[in-house]
Amino acid sequence: MRTISGPAVTRGGACPPGLARLRRPLRIVERNLHVYRRGWIYFVSGFLEPFFYLLSIGIGLSHLVGGVRVGDHVVSYTLYVAPGLLASSAMNGAIFDTTYNLFYKLKVAHTYDAVLATPLGTGDVALGEIGWALARGVTYAAAFLGVMAALGLVGSPWAILCLPGAALVSLAFAASGMAATSYMKSWQDLDGIFLAMLPMFLFSGTFYPLAVYPGALADLVRITPLYQGVALLRALDTGTVSWSLLWHVAYLVALAGLGAVLTARRLRRLLAP
Amino acid sequence: MVPSIFAGLPDLAARRRATPLWRRAFAYWCYQFTRTWRSTLTASIVYPVLYLAALGVGLGSLVDHHLGTGRGVGGLDGVTYLRYVAPGILAGSVMQIAVNESTYPVMAATKWVHTYDAMLATPLRVLDVLAGHVGFVLLRLLVTSATFCAIAAGFGALVSPEAALAVPAGVVTGLAFATPVMAFAVTQERDSGFSVIHRLFVVPLFLFSGSFFPISQLPGFWQEVAVVTPLYHGVALCRACTLGRLWTPACLAHAAYLLALASAGWVAARRTFRRRLAP
Repeated sequence: MRTISGPAVTRGGACPPGLARLRRPLRIVERNLHVYRRGWIYFVSGFLEPFFYLLSIGIGLSHLVGGVRVGDHVVSYTLYVAPGLLASSAMNGAIFDTTYNLFYKLKVAHTYDAVLATPLGTGDVALGEIGWALARGVTYAAAFLGVMAALGLVGSPWAILCLPGAALVSLAFAASGMAATSYMKSWQDLDGIFLAMLPMFLFSGTFYPLAVYPGALADLVRITPLYQGVALLRALDTGTVSWSLLWHVAYLVALAGLGAVLTARRLRRLLAP
Repeated sequence: MVPSIFAGLPDLAARRRATPLWRRAFAYWCYQFTRTWRSTLTASIVYPVLYLAALGVGLGSLVDHHLGTGRGVGGLDGVTYLRYVAPGILAGSVMQIAVNESTYPVMAATKWVHTYDAMLATPLRVLDVLAGHVGFVLLRLLVTSATFCAIAAGFGALVSPEAALAVPAGVVTGLAFATPVMAFAVTQERDSGFSVIHRLFVVPLFLFSGSFFPISQLPGFWQEVAVVTPLYHGVALCRACTLGRLWTPACLAHAAYLLALASAGWVAARRTFRRRLAP
């Protein structure tokens, strides 16, 4: 393999060295694009679910709930929920591809064994797949943010930062989801991931403030990654910005880094010849 | 003639011949379920608990606070949000299980694993194969509906003794989805249609058919659309049972609608199964 990798990298000699390093992971992204060209309906319909939730809440539930207190002012329930759904949408977009699909390619289709027969290495696979999941998560988040803006659910100019914020949420879930999947032995193990995602979606402050919970339970919710993402995006969207938001950012960056390192190490172990 | 050494034994072959043929197809699905039921526990126990806790109790505390429920002022249908939303979640979960059980397993039995073909290589006819599978889906819906009602009772979401009737109400709601979807699933060559059903049909119905808020809040035209959907009638019927407001003409109409849809699905499925599977 090494004997091939030398000439293949230098083939595009005009590239600066930094870009050349990204070129190989981009091959994985390109491959996934080709695959999804035939399954675009899955890609598009994945966006609809959070949109339906937002519509249902805006039309129905918001009249039943009234206003919710965020920081020192009260906002409508729809405005309260929208950033929560944005964070969940970024999480879902990233998780689709890094769990079931990754497991399928790793254990069933042996896609990566084929990839490794080319000049690409395990690090390129990890980077490429995380990058692809990130792109998918950001696409969903951008579309959802557009809908929010159209419905007047943007509470402050800070909301523009929701897009990079959602990208960070995607990245953290893509990397950690991939790391978790690399430890899975069977399809049944993957149910565990969804068993963790549904409670996060329902309980992480997406639908109601943590004040509903007794103290210890609220602290438990605070350490979940989705709560961190929801709190960050909600503060940006409603304009209740403070320096303490950097803690959420640091948490998500750390999770993404940890996930990426673990994934690269596990893939090397699982796939090395 | 039967050799004399078997004289004292019951005639097993004759007993088997006396068993209706569809029961053998039914027995196959039940046997398979005895091997795989553990993986369904998540969907039938954990999800109801999570949804009731998050939406009924958590979100419910905001709704009850806002509407002033419990202080004699009213609320939705005069009950707490937990009691209002529980039958809605029952109908929604039963719909989801019904659609799942009548899509992928039907396609697997038709073309991935060819279970139906194996059944048809025995004396079973197409109608027996269909009846056996529908019978199993019915059993599955019964188990789901009963489990959910037991959990909801644990949450204190059921009000009257008539709430026991929510179990059959849930089954009828599920059946109104199962037979039409089975009739469709057997005609498919690829499974991509199933995820479209899920995202464009099941999820919107779950969110807009009166499970979480009264359909009177929908804009005018969409109220009429909601009234035509089967889940609206399922939710209304289940809610009438759990709140003990059962004996009204409207409830009969809901039940009649659901049964009519289930029957129409059965007739359609008989036709599409025959077209696809008859040798």
